Amino acid sequence: MADTESKELKVRVKQELATPAEQTRSGLVFTPSVDIYETEKEIILMADMPGLKAKDLTIDLADNTLTLSGDIEPFESPDEEDLIIEYEVGKFYRQFTLSEVIDQSKIDANLSDGVLRLALPKVEKAKPRRIEVKAD
Amino acid sequence: MIYRRVFGLPGWGVRSPFAELEQLRRQIGRMVDEFSGTPSLSGRAGVFPAVNVSENRENYYLRAELPGVVAADLDIQATGKTISVAGERKIAGADENTRYHRREREAGKFSRVISLPDDIDPDQVKANMTDGVLTVVVPKAEKTKPHQITVK
Repeated sequence: MADTESKELKVRVKQELATPAEQTRSGLVFTPSVDIYETEKEIILMADMPGLKAKDLTIDLADNTLTLSGDIEPFESPDEEDLIIEYEVGKFYRQFTLSEVIDQSKIDANLSDGVLRLALPKVEKAKPRRIEVKAD
Repeated sequence: MIYRRVFGLPGWGVRSPFAELEQLRRQIGRMVDEFSGTPSLSGRAGVFPAVNVSENRENYYLRAELPGVVAADLDIQATGKTISVAGERKIAGADENTRYHRREREAGKFSRVISLPDDIDPDQVKANMTDGVLTVVVPKAEKTKPHQITVK
């Protein structure tokens, strides 16, 4: 991707979630940026969740709704005093409705360097079948 | 812009009676930004990456969220009072058979210089990438550290 190599990254303010459905504790909730793409066999979802550890990430799939939620532990030690705050840290939460039928038993999740890669394999059902018409 | 606060990040326990007020102030600031449509630069330099700076007696701490950036693609340099962070965020491109449904993540180069309020010790700067968060620990120069004076 040659065109992206020269591009300068711009600051984007983290998207704060307005009304999280499951807010039970105080604190900010952000929606992670995602890429979703589809190959022949699977749907791949990539989500930016900086600071998230694998044990704090919950992925839930029920009735074609995929829910990602992650808790962030504070990185600051208590004796630190803030000088500049340009971004806030908080939980991640985002829901997706999946259109294709997903094979729930084969979902593969991988979290590295703050990026989640979720591979959702499609169920092998929708292969087109050719019906031959016989004529006597 | 550098302003001092006497409390920590929201939701992690109140360290002073003003913590909740300050959190409210920032929330209102964000709401105003959203309504007016022009992002204000209060506390934001508008340069990628957004950086949080904190300090204790010995060190300054710089933190930036850089998901998917590997340590090899980062270039961090320290001089008298400044730290510069440059690098590139790469996103593996999918092949031609894939169809994108959503594309929100961005790749590209970035570079930023952060000035600190006082002299630092450039030789002792340590940087660490964990879970997509860059932490730079910048020791303060010996002469700027507070010294305990014993009363005789």
